[in-house]
Amino acid sequence: MTLPPQAPNAPPVQPIFELIEVEQVFEVPKPGRPLFSRDTVGLRALDGVRLSIRKGTSLAIVGESGSGKSTLLRVLLGLDKPSGGRALYRGKPIGEARAQGTDFARDVAMVYQDARGSLDPRMTIGAILAEPLRHFNIVPPEGEAQRIAHLLDRVGLPVDAAERFPSGLSGGQVRRVAIARALASEPSVLVADEAVSGLDVSTQAQLLTLLQSLQRDMGLTLAFITHDLGVASYLCEEIAIMYLGRIVETGPTDAVLNAPAHPYSAALRAAAPQFFEPLSEPLPGEIPSPLDLPKGCRFSTRCPVAQSDCQSKDPQLGKLGSGRAVACIHPITQA
Amino acid sequence: MTERMTDVALPPVLTLRDLTVHRGAAKILDRVNLSLGQGETLALVGESGAGKSTIAVAIMRLLGNAKIDGTIELAGEGDLLALTERQMVKLRGQRLSMIFQDAGAALNPSYTVGRQLSTTLRRIQGLSKDAARERAVELFTSVGINDPEGRMSAFPHQLSGGMQQRVMVAIALAGSPDLLLADEPTSALDVTIQAQIVRLILTLTRERGASCIFVLHDLALASQSCDRIAVLYAGQVVESGPAHDVLEHHRHPYTQQLKSCVLEIGTKTLTAPEGTVPSHAQMPPGCRFSTRCPRALPRCAGEAPPLVPVRSTAAGPLDHHIACWNPE
Repeated sequence: MTLPPQAPNAPPVQPIFELIEVEQVFEVPKPGRPLFSRDTVGLRALDGVRLSIRKGTSLAIVGESGSGKSTLLRVLLGLDKPSGGRALYRGKPIGEARAQGTDFARDVAMVYQDARGSLDPRMTIGAILAEPLRHFNIVPPEGEAQRIAHLLDRVGLPVDAAERFPSGLSGGQVRRVAIARALASEPSVLVADEAVSGLDVSTQAQLLTLLQSLQRDMGLTLAFITHDLGVASYLCEEIAIMYLGRIVETGPTDAVLNAPAHPYSAALRAAAPQFFEPLSEPLPGEIPSPLDLPKGCRFSTRCPVAQSDCQSKDPQLGKLGSGRAVACIHPITQA
Repeated sequence: MTERMTDVALPPVLTLRDLTVHRGAAKILDRVNLSLGQGETLALVGESGAGKSTIAVAIMRLLGNAKIDGTIELAGEGDLLALTERQMVKLRGQRLSMIFQDAGAALNPSYTVGRQLSTTLRRIQGLSKDAARERAVELFTSVGINDPEGRMSAFPHQLSGGMQQRVMVAIALAGSPDLLLADEPTSALDVTIQAQIVRLILTLTRERGASCIFVLHDLALASQSCDRIAVLYAGQVVESGPAHDVLEHHRHPYTQQLKSCVLEIGTKTLTAPEGTVPSHAQMPPGCRFSTRCPRALPRCAGEAPPLVPVRSTAAGPLDHHIACWNPE
């Protein structure tokens, strides 16, 4: 593993978001409890997550269902208070930042996974876009129509879309509206949950080129949840790979995907379809239940290179070369 | 690189001739011609509305009372469209069966998965209750379900998406069909589970010498799993042939466009195509891709190009077909 060394101590810039040992434990009914019993057990949806998002970067959060991506997102947005650890926004706890007026909500915008479900079916697109403009006092009322036209143009929709209802738009178009609404408050951070999944490849390509140009032109900080490594590699400079509530590997996207250090990253990489490559040997089994985490390393039950100490020691995310970190006792080293 | 077989020597199991499906005034499939050799896997690829699933459902004759023209010939049975519903019921599950996209929705929520599989076995193979149960456990084992005995009494909602899809595969293969239709069997699953299910379907169909039609939207996955590929656009086959020829020596501008939109790991440049698929009310009478085609000629919109054989290489066989007036 040789990567060009970075400046040993890059000047400490305060990250936009910083998560330090964040835990999120939900109390859920104990499986198999008797009727009327109130026994609960803790479900560790997030377990020791460390992550920092610097200004102007784009980060892909990748993982399979049940890995904790959406819980992480709720913590980032301040919708849930983590049950342990610290979640900071510009150095302040997210909950506090959120409670201090509208600045946080204005600065951190969200594009939801189900774009159509996130738009009120009885409002026109124009009314949907006008809401954040008014709420945050972005433009005086007389400038509203012009700003809406500008937003629509920015996301590649015709101006007359303002008079239409979400039901009159295609799947790709409603995603554009959701992006336009997120941009209306002039945020510096855009958080997107599977914003391009479930679309046809040509529509996906149109949205990805749009998101990339928005990120470049407006200097947006982007946190992008996806399960598609191709999307992550196209759009994001950095990547964080999650498994069962923990980040198992993080670093620059190209470095991580070209030479994954964690066996799970390597397995995800191999499972991604590639033209004419023979089908990869799939990982055995399925993601274990977070109610019953494996002992030691949580990936050890499916890991193709697990050794005996993997079942006893729980590896933490540790530094590995420049800007990379991996949570593995026996990381893969490239010859 | 895996060896790719050609379909020259293979007797066709299934042949579609000018298959056209009408829905109201619209033709949702327009003169589809395809054939599938014994033991072959064919991928139907294209974007939503291309008619991929419609082809699979039409072959199963599950399209309700939609008006269908053309023929669907299954080896040994003749034209499926000419059969009575009674005759069709006998074929489903025995000669052809289908794996649906959303296994959670396709399985009956109020019966255990064991019962759903044994019922199929008893109906198709006429097994007794005990024999069916025994065979069901064997089938669950062969599709890789852990603790098959215990899972017999599980309800669909108690299983993960991957396990539900394994149950679907077991039910589809219960009657050892010689043609399996898999409609996006993995699109709702995580990538590591997707790899498991695709391999499972391929291994089991190969073991049984069955042919398989995969409906896919992922071109890269199609190249990894199928011998041949048919590319569809808005209800028309625009290009078909051996997977390698279609993807590496494609001649149709739409295949080119579709391929350029695929994001592989490391893709850094992406040219997004303009526009969208026209609605059926605005569909041009000729080539349906002509409204977005960079190579369109004046004749394209008015005159439909026929699907004609071409050679991908000077000495190659004529098993690559395209429908284009101005191919690359």
